[in-house]
Amino acid sequence: MADRSIYVEMKDITKRFGSVIATDHMNFEVAKGEIHALLGENGAGKSTLMNMLSGIYIPDSGHIFIDGKEVRITSPRDALKAGVGMIHQHFKLVDVLTSLENILLGYKTGLFVRKKEQKIKLQQLMEKFQLDVDLDKYVYEMSVGEKQTLEILKTIYRGARILILDEPTAVLTPQETNKLFKIMRRMKEQSCSVIFISHKMNEVMEIADRITVLRKGKTIATLEKESTNPQELTELMVGRPVDLSIKRIPALSDNIVFQVRNLSAVNEEKVEVLKNISFDMYEGEILGVAGIAGSGQKELCEALAGLYPIKQGEIIFKGENLAGKSPKEFITRGISMSFIPEDRLGMGLVANMDIVDNILLKQYHHSKGIMVQRKPAAAKAEEIVKKLEIQTPGIKEPIKNLSGGNIQKVLLGRELDSHPELLITAYPVRGLDINTCLKIYDILNEEKKRGVAILYIAEDLDSLMGLCDRIMVISNGEITGIVDARKATKEQLGLMMLGNKEVHHAV
Amino acid sequence: MQFRIVIKSEIGKKKRVLIFLGSIIAALIVSGLFLAFLNLNPFQVYIAMLQGSVGSVYRIEQTIIYAIPLIITSLGVAIAFKMKFWNIGAEGQILMGAFMASYFALNYSFLPRFILLLIMFFAGFIGGAVWGIIPAFFRAKWGTNETIITLMMNYVALKWVVYLQYGPWKDPNAFGFPKIANFAKNAVLPELFGVHIGWIIAVLLTIFVYFFLNRSKKGFEIAVLGESVNTARYAGINIFRTIIFAMVLSGGICGIVGFIEASGVEQTLTKDITGGVGYTAIIIAWLGALKPQWMVLASLLFAILIQGSSYIQSAFGISAYSAQLLEAIVLFFVLGSDFFTRYKLIIDWPSLLRRTKENGK
Amino acid sequence: MITVAFFKAAIIAGIPLLFATLGEIITEKSGHLNLGVEGMMLMGAVIGFQVGYTTNSPLLALLFAAIAGALGALIYAFLTVSLRANQVVSGLALTIFGTGFAGFVGKSLMGMKMTDQFNYFFRDLKIPGLGDIPYLGEIFFNHDIFVYLGYVTAIVLGLYLYNTGKGLNLRAIGENPAAADAASIPITKYKYLHILLGGALCGLGGAYLSLVYVPVWQENITAGRGWIAVALVIFSGWNPYKAIAGAFLFGGLDIIGFRLQGTAIAISQYIFDMAPYVATIVILVLVSLRKSKKNAPPKALSEPYFREER
Repeated sequence: MADRSIYVEMKDITKRFGSVIATDHMNFEVAKGEIHALLGENGAGKSTLMNMLSGIYIPDSGHIFIDGKEVRITSPRDALKAGVGMIHQHFKLVDVLTSLENILLGYKTGLFVRKKEQKIKLQQLMEKFQLDVDLDKYVYEMSVGEKQTLEILKTIYRGARILILDEPTAVLTPQETNKLFKIMRRMKEQSCSVIFISHKMNEVMEIADRITVLRKGKTIATLEKESTNPQELTELMVGRPVDLSIKRIPALSDNIVFQVRNLSAVNEEKVEVLKNISFDMYEGEILGVAGIAGSGQKELCEALAGLYPIKQGEIIFKGENLAGKSPKEFITRGISMSFIPEDRLGMGLVANMDIVDNILLKQYHHSKGIMVQRKPAAAKAEEIVKKLEIQTPGIKEPIKNLSGGNIQKVLLGRELDSHPELLITAYPVRGLDINTCLKIYDILNEEKKRGVAILYIAEDLDSLMGLCDRIMVISNGEITGIVDARKATKEQLGLMMLGNKEVHHAV
Repeated sequence: MQFRIVIKSEIGKKKRVLIFLGSIIAALIVSGLFLAFLNLNPFQVYIAMLQGSVGSVYRIEQTIIYAIPLIITSLGVAIAFKMKFWNIGAEGQILMGAFMASYFALNYSFLPRFILLLIMFFAGFIGGAVWGIIPAFFRAKWGTNETIITLMMNYVALKWVVYLQYGPWKDPNAFGFPKIANFAKNAVLPELFGVHIGWIIAVLLTIFVYFFLNRSKKGFEIAVLGESVNTARYAGINIFRTIIFAMVLSGGICGIVGFIEASGVEQTLTKDITGGVGYTAIIIAWLGALKPQWMVLASLLFAILIQGSSYIQSAFGISAYSAQLLEAIVLFFVLGSDFFTRYKLIIDWPSLLRRTKENGK
Repeated sequence: MITVAFFKAAIIAGIPLLFATLGEIITEKSGHLNLGVEGMMLMGAVIGFQVGYTTNSPLLALLFAAIAGALGALIYAFLTVSLRANQVVSGLALTIFGTGFAGFVGKSLMGMKMTDQFNYFFRDLKIPGLGDIPYLGEIFFNHDIFVYLGYVTAIVLGLYLYNTGKGLNLRAIGENPAAADAASIPITKYKYLHILLGGALCGLGGAYLSLVYVPVWQENITAGRGWIAVALVIFSGWNPYKAIAGAFLFGGLDIIGFRLQGTAIAISQYIFDMAPYVATIVILVLVSLRKSKKNAPPKALSEPYFREER
C-alpha cells in the first residue's frame, strides 16, 4: 500500500447530548485518495462524528485538521470551504425544483441566474467524475439512485474533495450500489477521499481501503481491509464474539391459513403499485418478503391490513374474503400488522403519548361503554416492558423519548400481545443492535411454534435467508418469485429484486 | 457561531408555571412603561383595573358574566384543536347559535319559560353545530383548509345577522333605529347568585369536556387523530366520522354561548353579540394547553383584564383600545416565553466576544 | 352595471387586497403563516394617515406606513423565527395588537381628512399610449400612482421569485429548510427580511385604504380585508401574477353589492356583502378537489426550522 498523506484528522472529539455522551474523545483520520469505511452499530456515534466534520453539529471539545491545518467548522458552509461535503440518508433536495436549480441553491450567481453558463461548468464536472445527471429534471420525478447522484454532483460542484456518504446503499438496488462504488473509485483516482458510513459488512469488505470501527461513542480500531475479516469486524463492533447464525425452526404444517389472489392496487397518481399479487401462507410458517425499498412492500402491508384501497383481488383469511373491509374488521378477525416505517413513529404509534395510551390504541375497542379503561392497559404495559426488556423511565413516559430500538419493542410487543393468527411485520429489526435483533427473531420463532403465520418483510437478505421458510421477492409491484429460503442464494434474490422472474416457484 | 439552540428535555411543571408567571410580569412591566409614557402611574392603573373588575360584588358578577362565554367557547374550540382542526370559526358558530335561539325567543314566547329556554338551548347548539359541520365536511371529504373556511364563515354569519337586524327582524318599535326586538321575559335566562344561570352551564360543560377529552373513547380517538392521521387509520378509527363528530360538538358548544349571550346578557340579538370572544377563546385555548382547568383560569384572568380595562377607560380617559394593546403585549410575552420551556440557549462567550470586538473596530 | 366604470372601481377596490396578498405570499414563501395581516394593514393605515396629516407629504406617509407594517411584522418575526413560537397564535396576537394600536392612535384622527394638496398626489394619471386603448385603457391605465405601484410590485415580485437566485433560495427555504441550510443559505436572515417585507406591503395596503380609498379615518377601516388576503394567497396558488387577477376579482365582488342597489335585482345589500366570503369558500373547496403540486402551499409552511434535531 503506497504511503498516502493524511487529508483529514479528527483528534479527541467529544460531543454530549444532554446526559448522553455521543462521542467520547474520538480519533479518526483519512488519507488522500482513500475510501475509508466507518463501521459500527446504531448509536455507536458514526453519524454524530461525521455531522461534526460536516458542520451540522459542533464538538464540545477536540480538534479537526484538514490537510495539516487546523480548522473550526461551525456550519455546513465552513465545512464546504474546508472541502468537506456530506451526503445524508435523507436527501437535502427540494422536490419542486430541477436538478440544476437544486445545485445552484445558495450560490452567488449575480442578480439573474445564468443557467447556460452553469450548465457548461457542470457538464465538465460530470465528465470528470463520470456522474450522470439530467439537469432539467424535477427532483420529484427522480428515482432514489438519481437523487443520490445529484447530491454527489452538487457537493463536488461546491468544492468538496472529501465526501462523506451516510449509509448510501440503504435504499439502492444491487445494481445502483455497483454504480455508486464505481463513482467512489473514480473519486479515489482523482485524489479525493471518501468516508463511507455503514453497518453492512459485505459492502465494507468490498469497497473500503481502511476500516475504522466505533462502538458506544469510542474509537475501537482502525484496520486495513486486507488484514481483517467480517468475523473480527463484527466482534469489534459488538464487543464480544457473536454467533452470526440465526436458528431456523421447521415450519409447522400444511394448512393454508391465508390466501391472496390477484391483488392489485393503484395509488393516488393512478400508478399501479400492486400488480396481480397471489400467494399462500401456511400455518406456522415465516414467509419472507424481499425487495428494494419502494417496490410495493408498504402498499402490500397496508392492503393486507385494510389500510390501502384495493382495485381488485381477494384476501382470504380462514375462508373469508376480507378485501374491501375496514381496518377495524381486519383487527377484530385476528390479523395484526406491525409496520415499522422509516420514521418509526409514523404509523403504528403516537409519539407524544405514553406506553399505556399506545397499548390502548389497539385495546380500547374491546372495553364496554364509552369510557376508555386505562388500568388494564397499564397492567399490560408493565407486562410487555418486562418481557421485552424495554428501557424506559416508566410507562407514563412519552414514547418519543425512548430510543429507536425500544420504540420498536413497544410496537412489536403490543402487536404480539393481541395474539394474532396472522402477523405481518415489516422491518421489525430496522436500526436495532444485534442482540435485540436476535431476541426479536427468537420471539418470532416462538410465535411460529404456536402456529402463527408470519409475513416478514425486510431489507436485509441475511436475516431473510436465515429466518424464513420461504422467501417471496417483490419488484415494481409484482411478485417475481417465491423460493425456498434454504436453497436460495443472494445473487438469485438480487436478480429477482430487479425484476427477473424466477421460472419455478417454491410452493 | 455565537448562539446555539438546543432542544431541552422534558421540563418540570413547576418550572413551566414559573416561566409563565415571569412572562406575565414582564408584560406588565412593558405595559407599565407604556402607561408611564402617557403620563400615568402604572401602579395606580393596575390597581384600578383590579378594583374595576373584582372590587365589589357587582363588579365580580360582571367579571364572571364576561368570563362565561370565554370559558365555554374555549372548551368548544379546544375539542377541535385537540384534533388539530383549526376551528377559527367560533365567532360564526356563536352567532348562528344566537340566531337560532333568537328565532324561538321571538316567535314562541307564549311557551312556558322552562320549555322555551330548553328549546332555545338546543336550538343554539344546533345552530353552532351546523355552522361547524360545514367546514368539517369539506375538510374530511376533500382536505380543504379549515382555517380559511371557518374564518370566512364568520363573516357570512355576521352579514346574516346584520341582514336580519337591518331587515326582516328590525323592530318596528325602535324609532327607526336598526335593532331587533328585546326578548320577552319568558326567553331570558333566570339569575342565580346575581349572575344568569349561564354560569351553571359553564361549570357543567367544563366537567363534561374534561371527562370527554381525557376519559372517553371518542375523546381518545380525537387525540390520536390529532397526533397522527396514519396511526388513527391504523387503529381502525373512522376518520371522517370522528372529524364530523368533533366539529358538531365543537360548533355546538360555541352555539350554546350564542344562546347564553342572547338570552342572558343582551336579551336580544345584535351583530356585536360575540364581542370578539371567538378569537379570544383561541388564545385562551392555546394558553391553557387545551386543558379545561387551565382554560377556566385563563378565561377568568382575561375577564379581569377586560373588565378592568373598561373601568379605567372612564376613570383615566384611556381609550378602550388600550385593553387590546395590553392583551396583545401579554400574549407576545407568553408566546415568547414558551421558547424557554422548550429550548435552551447556549451562548458561546469566546466567539461572541470576538465578534463584538471585530464589529467594534 | 357591467360598465367600464365598474371594472375600474373593481381595480381600485382590489389594490389594498393586492398589496396585502403580495405581502403574505412573500411571508408564506419563507415558510411562515402570518395571520396578522389585518393588524399590519391597520397599523399601516393609521400611521400613514397620521404622518400624512402631520407632514402633508404623501411620500412620507407611504414610507411610514410601510415601516409601520414592517415593525408589526418584526414582532411576529422575532417570535416565530428566533423564538420559534406558535405561528397561528402569534399572528392572531399581532392582529389584536394592530387593531388596538390603530384604534388607540386613530382616536384623535376620527373624521379628519387630508388637504386637497395631499389628495392631488393621488389623482388619476393616464399612461400615455396604453391609456388610450378603448375600454381596457380606461380600466387599467387611468389610475392613481398607488395603483401603478401595485402593478409594478406584483411583477417585480414575480420576477424575483421565479427568475433570480435569491428568489430561488427563498422558495427552497419554504419547501425544505434542511436543504436550504445544507446549501449554506442563511435561513434566519432570509426569513426576517421577507417577513418584514411582507409586513411593509401589508402596511401599504392599509395605507391605500386610509389615504386614497375611503379616505377619511374610520374605525375598522380594513373591515376584514386582511383575512380575505390570507384566503387570496391560497386562491392565487402563492403566485404573484395570479394574485393580480385574484385581487381584482375580489375587489369587484366587494363593490358589487353596493352597485346592485336600486336595480332589478332586489336582494339586500347585506346578503351581497357575503359574496366575497362565499366565493372564497367555493374556490377553496374547488382548489382542494384538484390537488396539484403547482398550486400547493410551501411544504414547510408553519414549521419552525431547527438544525440540531435529536
